[in-house]
Amino acid sequence: MTQQNEWTHVGSKADLVPGAGIGARVGDRQVAIFHIPELEQSLFAVDNYCPISGVNIIARGIVGDIQGEPVVATPLYKKHFSLLDGRCLEDDSHRLRTYAVHLDGDQLQLAPQDQGQGAAA
Amino acid sequence: MRQQNLIVIGNGMVGHHFLEQLAESGQADGFHVTVLGEERHIAYDRVHLSEYFQGKSADDLAFSTADQYAQWGFELRLNTAATAIDREAHTITLDSGETLPYDKLVLATGSYPFVPPIEGNDREDCLVYRTLDDLDAIREAASRSNTGVVVGGGLLGLEAANALRELDLDTAVVEFAPRLMPVQVDEEGGGILREKIEELGVQVLTGRVTQRIEAGTNARHQMVFQDDRLLETDLVVFSAGIRPRDELARDAGLTMGERGGVVIDDHCRTSDPDVLAIGEVALWNDSIFGLVGPGYQMAKAALDTLTGGDRAFTGADMSTKLKLMGVDVGAIGDAHGNQNPGARFYRYTNGIAQEYRKLVVSADGKQLLGAMLVGDNSYYDTLLQYALNGLELPDNPESLILPASEGGAPALGVDALPETAGICSCHNVTKGDIVQYVHDGYTSVGDVKAATKAGTGCGGCAGQLKEIVDHEMAALGMEVDNSVCEHFQYTRQELEHIIRVEGIHDFHTLLKNHGHGLGCDICKPAVASILASTWNEYVLNPEHVGLQDTNDTFLANMQKDGTFSVVPRVAGGEITPDKLITLGEVAKEFELYTKITGGQRVDLFGAKLNDLPSIWQRLVDAGFETGHAYGKALRTVKSCVGSTWCRYGVQDSVQLAIDLEHRYKGIRAPHKIKFGVSGCTRECAEAQSKDFGVIATENGWNLYVAGNGGMRPRHADLFAQDLDTDSLIRFVDRFMMLYIRTADRLQRTARWLENLEGGLDYVYDVVVNDSLGIAEDLDNQMARLIENYQCEWKTTLEDPEKLKRFRQMINDDGDDPYVVTVEEREQPRPATAEEKLERIPAVSV
Repeated sequence: MTQQNEWTHVGSKADLVPGAGIGARVGDRQVAIFHIPELEQSLFAVDNYCPISGVNIIARGIVGDIQGEPVVATPLYKKHFSLLDGRCLEDDSHRLRTYAVHLDGDQLQLAPQDQGQGAAA
Repeated sequence: MRQQNLIVIGNGMVGHHFLEQLAESGQADGFHVTVLGEERHIAYDRVHLSEYFQGKSADDLAFSTADQYAQWGFELRLNTAATAIDREAHTITLDSGETLPYDKLVLATGSYPFVPPIEGNDREDCLVYRTLDDLDAIREAASRSNTGVVVGGGLLGLEAANALRELDLDTAVVEFAPRLMPVQVDEEGGGILREKIEELGVQVLTGRVTQRIEAGTNARHQMVFQDDRLLETDLVVFSAGIRPRDELARDAGLTMGERGGVVIDDHCRTSDPDVLAIGEVALWNDSIFGLVGPGYQMAKAALDTLTGGDRAFTGADMSTKLKLMGVDVGAIGDAHGNQNPGARFYRYTNGIAQEYRKLVVSADGKQLLGAMLVGDNSYYDTLLQYALNGLELPDNPESLILPASEGGAPALGVDALPETAGICSCHNVTKGDIVQYVHDGYTSVGDVKAATKAGTGCGGCAGQLKEIVDHEMAALGMEVDNSVCEHFQYTRQELEHIIRVEGIHDFHTLLKNHGHGLGCDICKPAVASILASTWNEYVLNPEHVGLQDTNDTFLANMQKDGTFSVVPRVAGGEITPDKLITLGEVAKEFELYTKITGGQRVDLFGAKLNDLPSIWQRLVDAGFETGHAYGKALRTVKSCVGSTWCRYGVQDSVQLAIDLEHRYKGIRAPHKIKFGVSGCTRECAEAQSKDFGVIATENGWNLYVAGNGGMRPRHADLFAQDLDTDSLIRFVDRFMMLYIRTADRLQRTARWLENLEGGLDYVYDVVVNDSLGIAEDLDNQMARLIENYQCEWKTTLEDPEKLKRFRQMINDDGDDPYVVTVEEREQPRPATAEEKLERIPAVSV
C-alpha cells in the first residue's frame, strides 16, 4: 500500500535540538521529533504519547542505538522504542506510530506514514 | 529429650565463633548453653585491636551483642571467671563461689601475654597489650608520658610499638633475639624490616636482654640491659609472646603439654572426653596455634564432636600476611627452610626499594615449601597457593619473586587453582565453595561474602575472593559489569580516568575515540555525570543536553503524569518566613501540590513543562537557588537545631550544615549524596543513615561515612573522631572525590565502600595518610568543582535559546491537554486513568 505524503509544517530547523527530541502537534496528536546528526538519515518522528505510562513524554527520552538500531528510551519506565518502525524492543505489544519528517529548506515538516516503513526524508 | 548443660569458658574470638557456629547449626536446642567471659566486654575483634587507637569503639570491634546471645538462647555471663573444675562432680566453680553443673565443657580461655621475669616488671606503668582494658590503661599512661618502650619485637610487639607511636610517644622496641620478628623472617629480611621501622622513627634495639627495670633519672623508669647499658622510658609495654591460659585445666588434672597447653586430639577432646578445648589454650600435636584461623577450625571440629558431625582438626597452615606500620611482612609454610632437609633457596633483595623475598623449594625444584616476604606482599597470594596446593613450580621458580620488569611471572590466575584450594583460612572457605555459591546465584562479592563469611575474618583473602567471583561469573556467561554498556568496553571508573587524563570535555569526542555507535540511555547519563564531576560545565550546553536524563534536561523531577516537581534549595533546612511565603504564593499561583520532603525542604508537585521557567523566575527573584533534586548530586544536608537553641547541643550543627550544603551543592556524582549533621550525640538529624554523617562532640566533630537508608539500609561507619572543621571538610572533600572517581554508575557510597577492595581502611589510608599520593589532586579537583558552581536555573533563565526547550509542543503554546488533576485533601493530584476518561473528550491516540 502506498500513500501520498501530505506534509504539515510544524516548525523550523532552529527548533531542532541535536541529539535530542522536541514535541509538536499535528491535529489532536502529539509527535516527537528527534535529530541525530551522526546518522545520514538524521530526522525521526514517532508518537509523543507513551503507551506504557499513558503520557506525552517520548520527546523527552534519550536517543541512542541498540545493536545499531536507532532507539529512544522512554523516560519514565526506560523501555526502548525503535525510531525506524516504532516497535518496543522489550515488549512487542507496544508500538509507536511513525511519521515521515523532513526539512524543506528551513521548514520542518511532518506527514503520516505507513507502519514499518523507513522514514522518507 | 533433656537438654545437655554446655558451659563455654571464655568469650574471645574462638569461643564466640564456636557459639555462632552452634547457633547456626540448628542444633543449639539440644543444649542449655552458659557462656563465661572474664572481661566486661562481649567477644571482640582482637586481630584489629590496634584500630581501637584509631577511633574504633569497643562496640565497633564487638562481634555480637547481648541481645544476639539472648536470641540464640545462650546465657551470657560477663565479668565472670571460672576458678575450678570438678570433673568428678561435673561442676565448675565461679569466682562468686557459685557452682554450675555441666555435661559438656568447652575451654576457650585463650592465652595471656607473657611478662618476662625481670626485676621491676611490676612497676607502675609497666603494662601489657592484649585486651581493650589493657589499651585503655596504655592510653591513660601515655597521656602522662613522653617515651615508651615495647619489650618484644614480634608481631604483637610491633603492633604495640605502632600504637605508642600513634599516641605521640618517642618509641623504642627491645628484642631479645638478634632481629625483629624472628619467627617470621631471617636475618636479611629482619635487616630490611628494621630499616623500614627505624625510618618511621621507632628506635630498634635487638639482641638485648633486660636485666631489671628501676626508677629513672629523667623518665619514670630506666631499663638496665645485660651489658649495663640503660634506656630511660616513662612507659613499658610487654609483648614478649603469649602463654596458654591453662591453669583451670592443670588444676583439674587434665593432661598438659610440657610447656603448657591442654592436650587435645583431632576432635578437640582433652584427656577427659567431656571437656573440650579450642583456640590458644589447646595443644595439638605439641603445637599451640596463635592465629585465629586455626582457632576457628578447632571451634568447628569441637562443635561436630558435640553434635555428631565429622569435621576434625588436623593441623592448620600457619602462613601469615601482615602490614605492620605500613610495612608488609609475609611468611608461608617452612619460611626458614629448616624443617625440610635438602631444601633449596632463591632470594631477591632490593636495598633501594627495601624489599626482600625468599623461596624455599624442594630438592627437585618442583614444590614450594615456604616463602618469606618483606616490603611487598603482592606476591603472597600466588605463593601461598603454590605451597598449599602442591602446585608444580614453573621451570624458573625465581620468576615468582622477581619484579615484573626483571622477568617476574604474572600472578597465578585463580583458574589455575584446584577446587580444594583454601581461600579464606579464617572461615575455611575453599575455591570450590565460592564457585558453588556463584553457581547458586550469589553474583556479587558482597553476596558471596555474606553467605560464606569468606573475607570477613582477617580480610587477607578479599582480593582473591573477588577474582574468583568475577572469574566464575564470566565463565558462566554472566556480565561481570565490566563495560558500562554495548557502546563502551570500559567500566565507569575507566571512563572517568580517560576523560580526566585526556582532558575530554564532550561525549562525542569520547565516543569517537573510545567507543562506537550512537550511545544510549545507559552510557550517555553516565558520561554526562562524569563530565560534570570533572569539569562542572553547564549541563544544558548544546554538547551535553542530549546526554541528560529527563530530570536533568528540564532541571525538575518528572512525575508519573508527565508533570514536574520543583524543589528549591533550603540549605540545612533553615528558611525565612518570607521565603516560606514565596513558596506558598508560587504554589497557589501555579496550582501546585506541596509536601515537605524527608530532606527538610518543600517539594512543589504538578508543574507543567511550560510553566517551569515562570515558576523558577519567581523563585530566583525571591533568592532561591535550584535544589538539584533532579540530579545525581548533593541533595540535602539535614540538621538538628544544634547548640543555638537546644539545651543538649554542643556545636552549631545548623551553621555547619549550611556551610557543607553550599560547599558541595551542584557537584554531580555517580548517585545522589545526602548529609546529616547532628549537634550532639542524641543524633536527631539521623546523620548515621547518610552518605556523610557528622555528629558534634565536645571537642569537634565525628565523621561517619557510607550510611544509607532506602532498600538496603546501612549504618554509617565511623571514619574519624573529634575533628576540627577544616580537617572534617578536607576528609569529606577527598572521600567524596575518591567516590566520584571510582564508583560504578548509580552506586551509592554504601555499596561502593562495601565492594571496595580494602574497604574503609583503604579509604582512610588514601584520604588521611595520602597512601596513593593523590590527595593534592583530589583537593584540587574539588576546589575546581566548587569554583565552577552555578545555579542552573539562574543560567537557564538568562538564555532565551535554552528556554525554548521548555515547551510541550513547538507549534502550540498550550499545555499538554492530557494532563488532568483532581482535588484531594484541598490540593491537586493527578487524575487516575478512569477519571481522565471522564474528563477528556474522546481522542484518538
